Amino acid sequence: MKRKNTILLSTPYGLWMLGFTIIPLLMVVYYGFTTKAGELTLDNIRLIATEENIQALWISIRLSLLSTALCLVIAYPLAMILRNMKFKSNSFMVTIFIMPMWMNSLLRIIAWQNILERKGVLNTFLEWLHIPAINVINTPTAIVLGMVYDFLPFMILPLYNTLAKIDENVISAAHDLGANNFHTFTKIIFPLSLPGVISGVTMVFVPSLTTFVISDILGGSKVLLIGNVIEQQFQKLNNWHSGSGLSLVLMVFVLLSMALVGKYDKGEGSASVW
Amino acid sequence: MIDNKLIELIGVTKRYGGNTVIDDLNLYIRENEFLTLLGPSGCGKTTTLRIIGGFETPDEGKVLFDGADITKLPPNERQLNTVFQKYALFTHMTIADNIAFGLKIKKKSKQYIQDKIKYALKLVNLDGYENRMPDSLSGGQQQRIAIARAIVNEPKVLLLDEPLGALDLKLRQDMQYELIRLKNELGITFVYVTHDQEEALTMSDTIMVMNQGYIQQIGTPEDIYNEPENAFVADFIGESNIISSTMVRDCLVNILGVNFPCVDKGFGENKPVDVVIRPEDIDLVAPEQGQITGRVTSLIFKGVHYEMEVMANGYEWLVHSTDMSPVGSEVGIHVDPFDIQIMHKPESEDEAVSAKEL
Repeated sequence: MKRKNTILLSTPYGLWMLGFTIIPLLMVVYYGFTTKAGELTLDNIRLIATEENIQALWISIRLSLLSTALCLVIAYPLAMILRNMKFKSNSFMVTIFIMPMWMNSLLRIIAWQNILERKGVLNTFLEWLHIPAINVINTPTAIVLGMVYDFLPFMILPLYNTLAKIDENVISAAHDLGANNFHTFTKIIFPLSLPGVISGVTMVFVPSLTTFVISDILGGSKVLLIGNVIEQQFQKLNNWHSGSGLSLVLMVFVLLSMALVGKYDKGEGSASVW
Repeated sequence: MIDNKLIELIGVTKRYGGNTVIDDLNLYIRENEFLTLLGPSGCGKTTTLRIIGGFETPDEGKVLFDGADITKLPPNERQLNTVFQKYALFTHMTIADNIAFGLKIKKKSKQYIQDKIKYALKLVNLDGYENRMPDSLSGGQQQRIAIARAIVNEPKVLLLDEPLGALDLKLRQDMQYELIRLKNELGITFVYVTHDQEEALTMSDTIMVMNQGYIQQIGTPEDIYNEPENAFVADFIGESNIISSTMVRDCLVNILGVNFPCVDKGFGENKPVDVVIRPEDIDLVAPEQGQITGRVTSLIFKGVHYEMEVMANGYEWLVHSTDMSPVGSEVGIHVDPFDIQIMHKPESEDEAVSAKEL
């Protein structure tokens, strides 16, 4: 009886997973390994080996790594400060930092475009201060800026959550046993916050690696990320087969990076996403 | 040796916001002493311990350790270690790494650390647990590890903040004996915080009873139990009958209109006092043999003894006895002179209120 209920209750989720995860994934795999005529081929996968595609992938990995590192460096001290705030309003403070997530991501990126444009808000301001204008739009810098701004909340939240869970007495115990602030951080606080670091890194790195919106709007057509290459295959060339092939290659990189990060988790429960 | 003052608190005051948690506290702790800070929650006992440990800085006053002023010294530079209420083990490290933590910070040799881990685990009866993770241990075992982790650093003083609070009754009693044994084997000073009077009476050399930031009484367990200095202490340590009475003259007190011989002197003549009589010190006798007669109004079987309430001369007397008198029966109450404890009336309104609240 109970078992029957369980099955009944899980049916909608099963259908959801089947319809929106498993079948699309199988379709990508099917397109990736076939030609337009429906014959089996590896050409779509081999497409990654062309010079411009390798370069796009390489830039994507570099910019994503840089964005992830920047997010970590910015978010960690902030999460520590939020954790150490003794008064009750810290949940309010957290809300303020994640509030940008309530606005449409595309809108935020377009806002950045307006700020960074050649004759945008930033340069107008600089001109007013009689400082020579700077050229940021359509450079990798602009893309990294967009990625960091867009994905920072995804780093702050898991970090804050794991840091907030560390018992104050555990930190007191470390001090009590002779550890100074530096040792307490490196040996106790940071290791205990690793699950948060891991989920934060994953949640920033993966969307950074696959994004095409940010690079499209802030990078113009000057900087091509692997996400843009894949988008072009689908949208401009209308070639679902080669696009799927490249997507599969990218997926392998995502899985590899997650496995690499997960290795440092030492198996203390899976990399708990939040 | 035992008379050496190891730790001294002089005029220590601590406030949180406008709230004074400890007010002008003076206390010394001798070498090798087992001192218990006992009191209800919010009495300032944990704050006192945290000031000794260095986790709080007093707003006024000084903390001396071996004669040196350590008031401003951070915890990691103090020669004492703390065992925290909820163990506070490092969950990402093995038991061995937990115990070795302090020693590694102090850069001791590998061999020394190995020997110390073995010794400490043996001391707390957990040999062979080196490679386990803290989460795989029971509450009692985790608390032993927390103690082991503290004592390998050879502190002169071990501070214990309600270490048995999270354990069940049987385990708590076992651990009490274990702690006494540990203290005797290590020969160091223990400062122990608890709200459990039985724990305090069982383990301590000295008990300091606190309430609302003030010391109520400092003394041996026997002193505290048998000769409480005020109604708060009498009521907090065990059950008692506290009766407002009049001291007629030395060695004679008028309780509820009847003169009782006692052994206390120096309270003056016809002075109002509080009298404490422990329930187990009251003998129920035949009505004609009693100093006061009354009627049993309730009877509860408690295992070791019966708990009875006797209405006599307008006061409900709490009586513990192994002999049972049925409800409604008429009994005589007899109290031996040395079982009557006379206390001064509280001087201020505040003290009277705080005593009544309990």
